[in-house]
Amino acid sequence: MQRRQLLLYGAAGAGVLGLTLFVGWWRVDGPGAPEPKGQRPLPLSAMEFRLTDHEENEVGPGNLIGRPTMVFFGFTYCPDVCPTTLSDISGWLEELGDEASEMNVVFITVDPERDTVEAMAEYVGYFHPVIRGWTGPEDQIARAAEGFRASFERVPTEGGGYTMNHTASVFLFDAEGELVTMIDYHEQREFAVPKIQRALTEDVEGAT
Amino acid sequence: MVKKLRYTNALAVLLTVAGLSAPALAGSEDVVVENAWSRASISVNRPGAAYMTVRNTGEDAVTLTGLATPLAMMPEIHESKTNSDGVSSMAPAGEITIEPGQSVALEPGGLHAMLMKLQEPMTEGENFPLTLTFSDGGKVTVEVPILGIAARGPEG
Ligand SMILES: [Cu+2]
Repeated sequence: MQRRQLLLYGAAGAGVLGLTLFVGWWRVDGPGAPEPKGQRPLPLSAMEFRLTDHEENEVGPGNLIGRPTMVFFGFTYCPDVCPTTLSDISGWLEELGDEASEMNVVFITVDPERDTVEAMAEYVGYFHPVIRGWTGPEDQIARAAEGFRASFERVPTEGGGYTMNHTASVFLFDAEGELVTMIDYHEQREFAVPKIQRALTEDVEGAT
Repeated sequence: MVKKLRYTNALAVLLTVAGLSAPALAGSEDVVVENAWSRASISVNRPGAAYMTVRNTGEDAVTLTGLATPLAMMPEIHESKTNSDGVSSMAPAGEITIEPGQSVALEPGGLHAMLMKLQEPMTEGENFPLTLTFSDGGKVTVEVPILGIAARGPEG
């Protein structure tokens, strides 16, 4: 990859490559390339989106600053990965006990067409009470995903329906809204809980 | 009755193809399904998922080709995958061959029995029959208990 970039730089510098090729490089490998995965999410203070929580409150990233925050994306018509993530998170929160109530825990749907406020309310009701469900217009969901460097895609299924591919990582922020770490989908609970506790402690450090 | 017929067919095929005198019957009747469980659904609109371990205790490979259940019009074996970007996706898994002595785990985040077009809601505390169909024509039916929506495994 690097060698290819160097080559292209050199070639472009020598004036051998036309503008078209340069633009191609810019878009594919260069600074104009789409953010590769694993890109760090923005701080919550730098994000901008407006959504509605499952109790019909208008919410946005600003509501999350001041307390440590856990955010993940999913959809309620997801039969496997999402209920697994939600029940894992519920388990982590149980393990944290009272500390859990000091956190914001937000499930943002990537399927606002089916995940109305009512659908989100019913769904999150089956999991840990700290978990909030956020939905809203598709453009706002897209802006949220962009801020978290998360992705989602609608995929048609055989039966005429559709499913959603989506980032399944859990994002952890400290009380200032800075990213602490991410918990990958397959991560063991033994590793997840200490990570969450780190986000909670960074809150204490930030306050002093 | 139905099972007997199938045995005879399988035997007939084996005899014709291999020309053997009396091969030991092996295949799907050596399949054992363990630890089946599923999560309750909200209404019938959302698809459900069921999990289990399918063990081949026989001496021949078996191939799981499909599912059937009165609970769902479109049951299908699916596989969820999470790529290096952390993006999860789900797709039909196709046929699954289980080598002799091996087992295949259908578990959260991987293979699952996807239950599409539910005919009735999956209610916690109830059971439903799920039939696994194999390439030798054999079928294995298990009763799958329905646990809570937030269940993490066969123990709840
Ligand atoms: Cu599936």
